[in-house]
Amino acid sequence: MALLELKNISKIYGDLKALDNVSIRVEKGEWVAIMGPSGSGKSTMMNIIGCMDKPTMGEVLLSGVDISKETARSLTDIRRDKIGLIFQQFHMVTYLTAVENVMVSQYYHSMPDEEEALEALGRVGLRDRARHLPSQLSGGEQQRVCVARALINHPELILADEPTGNLDETNENIVLGLFRQLHNEGTTLIVVTHDPEVAEAAQRTIVLEHGRVAREVINENFGK
Amino acid sequence: MNLKKLPLLNLKRNPGRTLALVLLTAVLSFSIFGGTVVVSSLRRGLGSLTERLGADIIVVPSQAQSKVSFQDIFLQGTVGAFYMSRENLTRTLEVEGVEKAAAQVFLASLKADCCSIRIQVIGIDPETDFVIRPWLEKSGSRGLKDMDVVVGTKVGAEVGETLRIYEERCHVAGKLAPTGTGLDSAVYCNMSTMKKLLSAAEAKGISHKVSSDDEDVVSAIYVKVKEGYDIGKVNSAIQGHTRKASAIRTRSMITDVSSSLLAISRVILGLIGAIWGMGFLLLFLAFAMIARERQQEFALLRVLGSTKKALKGLIRKEAFLCCLSGGFVGIGLACLLVFPFQTLIEMSLSLPYLIPEPSGLFLIALGALGASVASGFASSAFAAWRLSQADPGRLLRQG
Ligand SMILES: Nc1ncnc2c1ncn2[C@@H]1O[C@H](COP(=O)(O)OP(=O)(O)OP(=O)(O)O)[C@@H](O)[C@H]1O
Ligand SMILES: [Mg+2]
Repeated sequence: MALLELKNISKIYGDLKALDNVSIRVEKGEWVAIMGPSGSGKSTMMNIIGCMDKPTMGEVLLSGVDISKETARSLTDIRRDKIGLIFQQFHMVTYLTAVENVMVSQYYHSMPDEEEALEALGRVGLRDRARHLPSQLSGGEQQRVCVARALINHPELILADEPTGNLDETNENIVLGLFRQLHNEGTTLIVVTHDPEVAEAAQRTIVLEHGRVAREVINENFGK
Repeated sequence: MNLKKLPLLNLKRNPGRTLALVLLTAVLSFSIFGGTVVVSSLRRGLGSLTERLGADIIVVPSQAQSKVSFQDIFLQGTVGAFYMSRENLTRTLEVEGVEKAAAQVFLASLKADCCSIRIQVIGIDPETDFVIRPWLEKSGSRGLKDMDVVVGTKVGAEVGETLRIYEERCHVAGKLAPTGTGLDSAVYCNMSTMKKLLSAAEAKGISHKVSSDDEDVVSAIYVKVKEGYDIGKVNSAIQGHTRKASAIRTRSMITDVSSSLLAISRVILGLIGAIWGMGFLLLFLAFAMIARERQQEFALLRVLGSTKKALKGLIRKEAFLCCLSGGFVGIGLACLLVFPFQTLIEMSLSLPYLIPEPSGLFLIALGALGASVASGFASSAFAAWRLSQADPGRLLRQG
């Protein structure tokens, strides 16, 4: 059974088809990149996979369960339990320190554990910045906190929408290195990107155009 | 960290915003607490006045100013005296329908040695008095012996001390509980003491004589009407039977006071209402602005797995914390104004004014706190609803 399966999903806003009959399968442990021009429906798709939105038509199977029929409340539960999200803009709770931001995620998932949160920050190289507020961190550092926050609850699936879009080369490499580690640990990754280099780090690239899957490219160089 | 602390952290790390919310609620609780204390002090003052007057009719000399000065002495504690012949007491008692009548004699002291203010001395006849005696007994003062005085709560002399009035030494035998009326600054003695004081005053050139041969004078006669008799008719009968005196129904005095009390209460309640309405509107706007500003944060919390209900709870808790502390601040500020400036308030309203007992004040404070918190919840309800609708998807769509 695939971890994620989109079956003929469409998302329609008025007369705009943001997604038009898209079908995708992602196996457990896979690392998939999504590319496509602006407005091609990448974020719309991520919103649906991330249980933040429902498709107008079609089925979304997560571990075999059709989440397009679930209530808003159980979508919240699924998102909390199974999914870690990373955005292009580093969304942090502005009045919480780095470690507190990570712990918020722990809290909603299960129980806050400061030691574990600090370890996660250590993993992204920010243990010594744990007590800083977002305003005291650089953009790259904030994004690394967001990565720590996304992985703290060991989600089965990490969704990242342009995670490196606002990062310099150094921070981009740090984040890609973390993705590689997560992949090696068996986490499934879906990464939206405009950057061919980031896409090449994945096993497979799905290209969207006008809300449809235009093509898929297998990365032959993966792991080399 | 614990998520329960999230609202507290938000308030702590946005001190400017928190301060604004706290001050806004402080204004609300200030107005409701301060205003309610003033209004209920006036009500209590009126109650106490009614009780102290304790008579149906009061007979005072018919000199033009005596009715006014009697009210001033009674209500505001101004110092004054006026006299009529004691014959009027006998004549009053002769009127049909009069159950009891008791005379009082007033004397305005000069600056006594003890105190910097002039005081109103009131002589009563312990035998016949039915107005002051129950009240003297309630405050635990024994019968008034010769040269004993019992002082009102505002007179600066304590039990056991000596008070010099026109060079006569009077022994302070008791102190009365506050009444909120002008009687709080008066001193009471029996008739024979009063006679001594009157002749001492005479020696200083202050005469009380009504005519050269009539030394036996009174200032006011308190009348209790027999049950079943019409007070108005008895009043006119006394008026006709006494000489150079006018009979006033105490009801008319109380009505005067209660109608000005009503007018002032209305103004105060109107003010509370206006301040409340404005404060509430401002609070509402403040919360609505905060809701706009925090869409992003709440969308993020939704993404991290918070339910809508939990988000509403977050705003409610913030509103609760702000408004509770604002409530305390407002009550504190009101206390700083209402209590130290009590005399000033009393004087400027020129109405009987009696601050509620501590237990009553506590209840008013509790009510003001409750009202602040309730208005916090109510004014933030819209913001809470809006923020709970924060769309987690918008974070992705924004890029
Ligand atoms: N809530 C919405 N209401 C109406 N139209 C929407 C909404 N969300 C997205 N769209 C439209 O759907 C289309 C796809 O948007 P989407 O955000 O998925 O694009 P994208 O591929 O992520 O683009 P980008 O690379 O610029 O982020 C766009 O034309 C967009 O305007
Ligand atoms: Mg997008």
